[in-house]
Amino acid sequence: MGATTLQAPAMAGDSLARHRRRSSWLLLSPAVILLALWAFVPLVMTLLYSFQRYNLLYPERRGFIGVRNYSLLLSDPAFWTAIVNTIVLVLSVLVITIVAGVLISLLLNQNFPGRAVARLMAIAPFFVLPPVAALIWKNLLFNPISGLIGWLFTLVGLHPVAWFTTSPMVALVIIVAWEWTPFATLILLTALQSLDTEQLEAARMDGAGPVNRVIYIVLPHLARPIAITIMMESIFLLSIFAEILTTTAGGPGDATTTLTYLIYIRALLDFNIGGASAAGVLAIVLANIVAVFLMSAVARNIEA
Amino acid sequence: MEQEKASLAGTIAAWLAAFLMFFPILWMAVTAFKTEEQAIAIPPLLFFRPVLSSFGAALAQSGYVHFAENSVIVSVCSTALAVLIAFPAAYAMAFQPGKRTQDLLVWMLSTKMLPPVGVLVPIYLIFRDTDLLDTRTSLVIVDALINLPIVVWMLFSFFRDIPRDILEAAHMDGVGPRGQMIHLLLPLAAPGIASAALLAIILSWNEAFWSINLTAAHAGTLATFIARYSAPEGLFWAKLSAASVLAVAPILIFGSLAQRRMVRGLTVGAVK
Repeated sequence: MGATTLQAPAMAGDSLARHRRRSSWLLLSPAVILLALWAFVPLVMTLLYSFQRYNLLYPERRGFIGVRNYSLLLSDPAFWTAIVNTIVLVLSVLVITIVAGVLISLLLNQNFPGRAVARLMAIAPFFVLPPVAALIWKNLLFNPISGLIGWLFTLVGLHPVAWFTTSPMVALVIIVAWEWTPFATLILLTALQSLDTEQLEAARMDGAGPVNRVIYIVLPHLARPIAITIMMESIFLLSIFAEILTTTAGGPGDATTTLTYLIYIRALLDFNIGGASAAGVLAIVLANIVAVFLMSAVARNIEA
Repeated sequence: MEQEKASLAGTIAAWLAAFLMFFPILWMAVTAFKTEEQAIAIPPLLFFRPVLSSFGAALAQSGYVHFAENSVIVSVCSTALAVLIAFPAAYAMAFQPGKRTQDLLVWMLSTKMLPPVGVLVPIYLIFRDTDLLDTRTSLVIVDALINLPIVVWMLFSFFRDIPRDILEAAHMDGVGPRGQMIHLLLPLAAPGIASAALLAIILSWNEAFWSINLTAAHAGTLATFIARYSAPEGLFWAKLSAASVLAVAPILIFGSLAQRRMVRGLTVGAVK
């Protein structure tokens, strides 16, 4: 395996001397070989398992069963619930993080006292360990009896909400959006700094108000960074796991079971290797649809 | 050109946004200095005499120090391994580029797009069959491989900023690749290497999926430890907060140092 990939760099090099090409390959090979093993071996194994009856509890009944894992999966309502939950989670978080990210990055890009500190504060949630983020929100903030948000609700005359029983997906979306808004902010802030200030100044001279400047100059400039952020976030959001495990464990019922969490349940709790692998293959396909767009954007930039 | 000064409303809005984003972390830190009774008091206590007893309780729990040690060992070793493998590769790509260099780089980055859950089953079985489940070795290997493309990319982009003439001159003087890398590149690209390493440490410290699924009591990291903090221990909020502050603080500090250069690594160059 990997033999075809290994030849690629060896054929590289145009006018370079042959010994230099060889040394170049020697330098590259550890990284290339390891990544090739990491990328292909598990992938092929997942694909093979997905066509097998294979449960760790009954290893003696292992055997090839064609596409039966897939047909079972596709006719399983739990799978479709998981797909819907995944789409709801990913889309809601995307919308919130992009809108909040644009707003916060515009605010933080202003010239105001202490902006370095304010930026660090706004970026900080990104560095919080995912289980910590989930547990702070679940206990200190969302708890209906002693949580801060419940108390704020009673202040304005509302009843505290038991978030994780009545609207678990909303709670999960809020937590994940809080973790990922800094990612969007950081990228968009970087993009804003490359914005041509003279153009903005000229627009201001011509009498364009702040709102018009944002709509006609800033937002078009951010279009590409926003697209990149959306693609990168979707790949990471598809894999959200620790937050679900520590707050809802996929429940109540299967209200917050995403595709990632379903595969975890099937594989490591039910030991259904075949079924989990079929779902894994579908997760890979889903991620690859996004990745194709992203990588073509990356490739264009490396060239430039 | 000097950027125009923000209006008062703009300044207040910016600080408010920053404060709201930071608030959950602040609240966690405040709670960590309360007693358990104070932590669940309603209305929430804003003014109280801070105590360190919750930190003591968190540290005294069986295994906390052990898990923290695992986090340090795994993130440092996996980063060292990734930099060691990435360094020569990035050197070759930056200074001896060929027709396929760009394709190779894009392919390396594309391995990041594989959702971990898609390969959870085979990786779990491979480590089970090689008796590596719940060992630090397995996590070091996985974290190093996960971060390898980002480290290669970051080193490559920093190396490209170094004038090629310098290495060319050394080459003429008969200095081989090894000498060039150790005596020229290492000192010249030190800040770049440091920020790549910092990002890799942050990412593997915060990596939760593989550590929760591949490790338990023996090789678990802080991510595993905190994730198991559900009921009944989760009821002790002050202790939970103290343990969380200790788990998050080092990375918050590292993160604020690496913040600006990180964008390059995180977006794999898609945003400049």
